[in-house]
Amino acid sequence: MSHDTTHSPSVGHEEHEDHGSTTVFGFWIYLMTDCILFGTLFTVFAVMCHQFAGGPTGKELFDIKNVEIETAILLVSSITYGFAMLSAFAQRKSGVLVWLFITFLLGLSFVVLEVKEFAELIADGNGPDRSAFLSSFFTLVATHGLHVTFGLIWMVVLFFQVMGKQGLGSRMVTKLTCLSLFWHFLDIVWICVFSFVYLGSVM
Amino acid sequence: MSHSHNVTHEGESHGSYGSYITGFILAVILTVAAFAVVVTKAFDFWTTLVVVSALAVVQIVVHVVFFLHMNTSSKQRWNLMTFILTVLSVLIIVAGTLFVMWNTQMHMMSR
Repeated sequence: MSHDTTHSPSVGHEEHEDHGSTTVFGFWIYLMTDCILFGTLFTVFAVMCHQFAGGPTGKELFDIKNVEIETAILLVSSITYGFAMLSAFAQRKSGVLVWLFITFLLGLSFVVLEVKEFAELIADGNGPDRSAFLSSFFTLVATHGLHVTFGLIWMVVLFFQVMGKQGLGSRMVTKLTCLSLFWHFLDIVWICVFSFVYLGSVM
Repeated sequence: MSHSHNVTHEGESHGSYGSYITGFILAVILTVAAFAVVVTKAFDFWTTLVVVSALAVVQIVVHVVFFLHMNTSSKQRWNLMTFILTVLSVLIIVAGTLFVMWNTQMHMMSR
């Protein structure tokens, strides 16, 4: 965290600190609304997961190997983003850029794997229109995938902002902190996805 | 800058390489355990479901503590309170909906 030492110790500093933490708290509130969104989508899946309409079940469709790889990728990307944050607090610009880049590549490969999985399902005639089970599956997992995609776009923006003249000022660290919360939150949602959607279906 | 300020900053807890790696190792163990329980078919259906759910809950706590750095310090208290409120809301939505919908489906013989 950058220390704004130009202000008089108590008053100015508190104001500056407060600004950053209020922003992060506001973003946290947004994440909590997202949490409720995912909670309802998981509920829909739980209600619909046995409505196959004569179509294939999750047991027949899901490739657990692929899910294992996706899970590993997200887990590693979580820790690499953590390292980016540690570099940001230590004011090491090159460290932030390198870790952000690695995190971006991991996130991108996750999205590619997921899109590939969806494309194969749809090509085999098992798209979201096949059964209520598949509708709820696509809605839930694609909503998570879209979140990851937006996280990646956000990461690119922050990458170039850090590289540019903004550097690692306190505003920039606040922005990186918000994306950090977002990224770790998506990992938490993925825990529920692989536990209840994929593993739950092949049990 | 006074020293007391430095202390508050340190106390704010952004994590360290050690805490991230600890969290990561715990998460890997919990994930591998969840996949292993299902793939090896070690237990019957309901036991598996309970074990996998428990592993997921523990892993969420690990992520929240080690990656989101949530704790009971005064700076984090509002985050924690909103988090608990949200988890409570989600549990009510999930449990309430499942209760109603499963009963409905049973009575309408759609299962």
